[in-house]
Amino acid sequence: MMAFVQWISLWLIPAIIGFILLYGTWKRVPTYESFVEGGKEGIHIAFSIIPYLVGMLVSVSIFRASGALDYLMGFIKPLAEAIGMPPEVIPLAIVRTISGTAALGMTTDLIATYGPDSFIGRLASTIQGSTETTLYVLTVYFGAVGIKKMGDALKVGVLADILSFVVSFFIVLLVFGK
Amino acid sequence: MVNLIWAAMALIGIVFAAINGTMEEVNEAVFKSAKEAVTISIGMISILVFWLGLMKIAEDAGLLAKLARLFTPFVRRLFPEVPKDHPALGYIVSNMVANMFGLGNAATPLGIKAMEELKKLNGERETASRSMVTFLAMNTSGITLIPATVISIRMTYGSASPGEIIGTTFIASSLATIGAIFIDRYYYWKRTRGGKR
Repeated sequence: MMAFVQWISLWLIPAIIGFILLYGTWKRVPTYESFVEGGKEGIHIAFSIIPYLVGMLVSVSIFRASGALDYLMGFIKPLAEAIGMPPEVIPLAIVRTISGTAALGMTTDLIATYGPDSFIGRLASTIQGSTETTLYVLTVYFGAVGIKKMGDALKVGVLADILSFVVSFFIVLLVFGK
Repeated sequence: MVNLIWAAMALIGIVFAAINGTMEEVNEAVFKSAKEAVTISIGMISILVFWLGLMKIAEDAGLLAKLARLFTPFVRRLFPEVPKDHPALGYIVSNMVANMFGLGNAATPLGIKAMEELKKLNGERETASRSMVTFLAMNTSGITLIPATVISIRMTYGSASPGEIIGTTFIASSLATIGAIFIDRYYYWKRTRGGKR
């Protein structure tokens, strides 16, 4: 199983590249010219994201560095304990929505502290793997194309995150037990 | 909404730091995170250029349209506003496929392209359209087949079975995605019923 997963992650990207180039050549697409044309857009997109990302990351980091985030977590902890959720993973659930790098750091820390095959380790792994950083996706995707009014996107995204966290908890509990 | 949350996070943080005496950490965080944001954006150039270049070949060769057609019955129902065989569907599908395989680096440029096409469909307006909200909701919960990063962390810390969370991750993310679609539909129903649009 593991060997298969490793094999896939090793071969997948080269296979996609190879397939697209082969197919493009077969369809007589000017591959190199198309590549350059498409690539130019990438530069423009990367630069247009900068202000959005700077704004968002600074605000999030002020919130985190001040200790306000830890304070907020203190309120949520008793709620989690009431339904039998280990309080150790609560910070991860909150941070997962806000900051991808911070969440990855927390997951690593939880796995290192409690062991990858513990309940907390498995739960942290599942949470990390099954959700995206909503705020980051929102900032980058909407920022890159210049959407200023997000409508219900943030609400829907955050609710989906909460749902995915709760679902992860029950699935891990069901599959592996405590 | 975003303006409010954005300002509130910083303001609450600053007030909290004043009470808590963590002003020094806040100062440091401001400059560190600003720099980090630029580093991330600049670092994305290589991946964006490469994948968007490659995807342009796929688009010109008609591969994206083909991929879109393959998933049409499924995707069409989720994005009823997008016309049949529109490149937006191709990008949406490729973004989902990339996310499924844990290719976050490949998924981001495709997602951005999908948004761009959806914006064109929405008359270049600066307001998020119905399809954009749906796409975002699906993207944040994102069905994952192979959580590569997590598996590698588990391997590093000596798990007896690093890949054992593939199953739980897949089920959890699939259920969450279905839930996200329902949440999205609920808000859409609320919007239209309220006659805001």
